[in-house]
Amino acid sequence: MLLKNTYNEFIKIVSKPRSYLGFGALTLLISIIIFAMKADGESIVSFVTASFEQTLSFNGKLVNGNLIAFIILQMLVVHIPLLVALVTGDLISGEAAMGTIRMLASKPISRTQIVLSKFIAGAIYTLLITIWLGVLSLLVSHWVFGSGDLIVLNSDGLVILPEADILWRFGLGFCVAYLALMTVATLSICLSAFAENSIGPIVATMAIIIVFTIIGTLDVTVFDTIKPYLFTTHMASWRSFFEDPIPYDDIIQSIIVLIVHIVVLIAITLYKFNKKDITS
Amino acid sequence: MQTEQVIQVKQLAKKFGNFEAVKDVSFTVNKGDVFGFLGPNGAGKSTTIRCLLSLITPNAGSIELFGKSLAQDRSAILKNVGSIIEKPDFYKYLSAQKNLEIFARISGADVSAKEIAEMLDFVGLGNRAKHKVKGFSHGMKQRLGIAQTLLHKPELIILDEPTTGLDPQGIIEIRNLILRLKNEQNKTILLSSHQLSEIELIANRMVIINQGRSIVEGEVGNLLQSEETVVSIEVDDITKAMNSLSQHFAAASIQQITNKQLEIEVRKQDIPALSKCLVEAGVGIEALEPKRKLEDYFIKTIQS
Repeated sequence: MLLKNTYNEFIKIVSKPRSYLGFGALTLLISIIIFAMKADGESIVSFVTASFEQTLSFNGKLVNGNLIAFIILQMLVVHIPLLVALVTGDLISGEAAMGTIRMLASKPISRTQIVLSKFIAGAIYTLLITIWLGVLSLLVSHWVFGSGDLIVLNSDGLVILPEADILWRFGLGFCVAYLALMTVATLSICLSAFAENSIGPIVATMAIIIVFTIIGTLDVTVFDTIKPYLFTTHMASWRSFFEDPIPYDDIIQSIIVLIVHIVVLIAITLYKFNKKDITS
Repeated sequence: MQTEQVIQVKQLAKKFGNFEAVKDVSFTVNKGDVFGFLGPNGAGKSTTIRCLLSLITPNAGSIELFGKSLAQDRSAILKNVGSIIEKPDFYKYLSAQKNLEIFARISGADVSAKEIAEMLDFVGLGNRAKHKVKGFSHGMKQRLGIAQTLLHKPELIILDEPTTGLDPQGIIEIRNLILRLKNEQNKTILLSSHQLSEIELIANRMVIINQGRSIVEGEVGNLLQSEETVVSIEVDDITKAMNSLSQHFAAASIQQITNKQLEIEVRKQDIPALSKCLVEAGVGIEALEPKRKLEDYFIKTIQS
């Protein structure tokens, strides 16, 4: 029954026009970024590298597919949660708003299976969005700009990664980015179990991300103890794969925090949905 | 031969916060019954039906369907139940066929594409199978709801206000459909409706609930048999008619409605005598119509 309903949930997702908004928005945004970098990328990169040019000389093609893919990821990972929440935040509350929750919950499928099938379908959708992001950012930027070494500027300085040492970093980076997006998806599904309308959980998810991000960036001592436990603190940990050496301990800690969030949010959703009286 | 009980509800109670929606509802539905579930707005009908479908968890009481406890055998029980709760809502962005496929997959039965097509034909939507539900009228959605209810061939069908919002033609269609389900397929049907005339026409047993309590339960025929009927009469001379009826039916309650119409409460078997009395008094009868018995019975029961 779980598999059958997961298939149902996936059919519902792919049949909704809003599910394609994410793919469309990503395509548009990446096209704009690639166009902008093609038009003015050299001067932007020169501006960044200017401060190093007294001590270093840069040879070769700095504006290449790897750099563009990294810039795209950097810019979009902040916005993709909204595109994910747009679909996953509607998975339970959308049924309540439409009235179909009555028919669904009066069938011989347990409420736990209903929630889990929605979670799995949401996870597949999030995976497809992440893959689309990867395909567009890596393949298209390589096709337009060609390949080359990657120069990354972080808080410790400039990291230069050889061309042959990059692809696997992107692969693992996407995996961690997917885990971060899954946390967002699970949060919005959880909020969806508490709501009877589609918009509420989507707005609430974004509000939580914004508030947690602000708390994470504020340099206030009182927040220092909670910062490591906020999922937003770990949403950009995919970037750690582009450091040298890679801080594996930090990455593992981020993965643990994100997984704990996912498990706890699923548990809350299951508890709430199983106890819920369906009166809509 | 012992009657097989399909639904047995005992002392059901449900609170929402401090509000007691259902206080003490008990009733039994036997196999093959078309069971009328009656009550005024806010009586607790929908809450009770939602409890029967495990949409709402009761605070007290017990629900047994097919002799099994709903709390313990939910999935096994619901495989044998089809339902429409209030209005049937579907995924508007999907076609009628896709909607039925979705619900068939989780109905606990193997329903083939051919059976789905046949069911759509059965409810008169065969030619709209590929159309998206968002373009359907209320009546079409109601018929699709019936198709969804019957798809997995359940033994028990629960219909909560299935004729709400339908035009007279739609009401007749649903009524005929229910009668076909009872007569041709021997389904057990629990039918909640505000259309008392519908219940009177098709139900064999019923329960009336009011303010969260079940008041009366039994055979529709038995419950209505002893009751007096209000007869509405239109005459050419109201004064003469009132005088004549007052003399012959002294114990009856007579009420003048207009200067041509009166209402009198008599037993059904007294209607011929009533007519004879007026004719002998030289009163011209323009219309004589017994009012719906269930309607009167319902109002009296609720008021008492």
